[in-house]
Amino acid sequence: MPILDELRRRFGDAIVETADHRGELTAVVARDALPGVLAHCRDEAALAFDVLMDLTAVDYQKFPGREDGPRFEVVYHLYSIARNHRLRLKVRVDEDDPSVPTAVALWPIANWLEREVWDMFGVRFEGHPDPRRLLLYEEFVGHPLRKDYPINRRQPLIGPAT
Amino acid sequence: MAQTTRREFMLGEGSGTGGGPQNLHLGVGPAHPAMHGIIRIAAELDGETIVRADVEIGYLHRAFEKDCEQGGWNNAIPYTDRLNYVSPLINNFGYASAVEKLLDIDVTERCKYIRVIMSEISRICDHLTCVGASAMELGAFTVFLYMIKAREFLWELVEDVTGARLTISYGRVGGVKADLPDGFADKTLHAFKQTREVLDEVHRLLTGNRIFMDRMVGVGALSREETIAYAITGPLLRAAGVPYDVRRAQPYYVYDRLEFEIPTQKAGDNYARYLVRMAEMEQSMRIAEQALAAIPSGPINVDFEGRPIDPASYVDRGKQGKTEGLLLLPITLSPNLQGQERPELRRVNVDDKRVVLPPKENAYGSIEGLMNHFMLIMEGYGIRPPAGEAYFPVEGANGELGFYVVSDGSDRPYRVRCRPPCLPPLAALHRMIVGEMVADLVPTFGSVNMIGGELDR
Repeated sequence: MPILDELRRRFGDAIVETADHRGELTAVVARDALPGVLAHCRDEAALAFDVLMDLTAVDYQKFPGREDGPRFEVVYHLYSIARNHRLRLKVRVDEDDPSVPTAVALWPIANWLEREVWDMFGVRFEGHPDPRRLLLYEEFVGHPLRKDYPINRRQPLIGPAT
Repeated sequence: MAQTTRREFMLGEGSGTGGGPQNLHLGVGPAHPAMHGIIRIAAELDGETIVRADVEIGYLHRAFEKDCEQGGWNNAIPYTDRLNYVSPLINNFGYASAVEKLLDIDVTERCKYIRVIMSEISRICDHLTCVGASAMELGAFTVFLYMIKAREFLWELVEDVTGARLTISYGRVGGVKADLPDGFADKTLHAFKQTREVLDEVHRLLTGNRIFMDRMVGVGALSREETIAYAITGPLLRAAGVPYDVRRAQPYYVYDRLEFEIPTQKAGDNYARYLVRMAEMEQSMRIAEQALAAIPSGPINVDFEGRPIDPASYVDRGKQGKTEGLLLLPITLSPNLQGQERPELRRVNVDDKRVVLPPKENAYGSIEGLMNHFMLIMEGYGIRPPAGEAYFPVEGANGELGFYVVSDGSDRPYRVRCRPPCLPPLAALHRMIVGEMVADLVPTFGSVNMIGGELDR
């Protein structure tokens, strides 16, 4: 796991946890260190993660054994075209302060992906230039992919202002 | 304030006029005749030039990811059909593979070949639809008819295999629903021959056509760097000169054993995308032909002898406890269960009771089979992957289609995330259309091949 070793050596305690499971490398990063780690992953020649393949979140509120822990995990899937390797970075955030620094300056695609995470999970991205919902409409109440949002809740469809 | 008359306005007199030229706000969509797909583009025009564009999506959002969390792991398969509904087989296999990675199981050799063949047929269907529809929007209606005709040949193959044309639900965790039908290879080769004729015709009609070139060359271009920064994959990335293809970069199934090329172009404009798609269809046919030639068949291992029996009387006898001699007795199944017999299922599914339904004759004929069936179907049982997470990328028709699944060890997915390949191009659409004419919006939008089901989930 040279990638994970390298990250641990470079960032020390900011890398909270690492895992190598079925060939997938995962590193859990402290929230404050996230912008630095992301920039390092993109710009370091040995890593060269030039593609932010995916950005999503998981709500661990009802996960057995993690009910008390940080509620959300924001998950970054990075891919490097030149090196042909992948890395998953995760940031844990609490329910009280669900916010993560934005990555729009590094990858413009983060704009829409972060808007989707805000829309679905209610995790804010500090410094996002355009923090609107992506898929749902602005008048929608709540964040549907949270585990405490019931699947059968109906909300009125609000049309454009007349 | 006095009302400005039309005459005053035209002459630049009266209130509300003057102050120089004003930009026109134009809302394109959500339902626009020149655009296939439900999306709204709030554009600002200076004359005929687009100076600002805001793309709004979400009109087809139906909570795919939330729905997947409600049922068992296999219950999500029909939902994945409806992601990219032009090539649903790839979605099925992508999702199934992600769950298989979580379970750490390896599907059978024959199943891998079947998945490759069916994926490639779907990819051709997708490209045919994309090229045909965007040509139609430029006025080349003949091309659309030709290509839909070719897609029809391929959809007939899909129908032969899966029993459906669109909502096929053919993939299963641990295998596929049923084996290939008899004579499938010959039919496929014949359909490919017809498809190649159509592609030749389309090449003659479009490639080099003055009108088509004028509308496509240099339009909607995106630089190589920006394409990468926007995480765009698939034909759009290859049209910008990056030969990235999941099938080659990180081969899955049996792609590493098959020979194929990755067509690339340099310009990154609509015409380059068209050329890449046309070349990819030929490569897909090449892959499927090799896979058909190499697919392992082997004799059907019949490990029992007996006379066929009607399933209803079979079940009746079982209910009365007269099970003697019923085990391993072959039964004739109703047509809608065909392909569910033991030999076929053995060939295409892994031998793993945790995930694969038993053959129907076992489920009907033995208590073990019935229990096995129940354990997989009943709520609260079913497939139970160990707690953990997995990301599995496949090459969808529009680019990298990834499924990120999280399991808490129960019979339901804790989280299913689909990385939709056509979201990044839409996020970058404003970069492709700003500075170009309104009319150029149509070919650009056609060439990104937006599929609402996958984009909005």
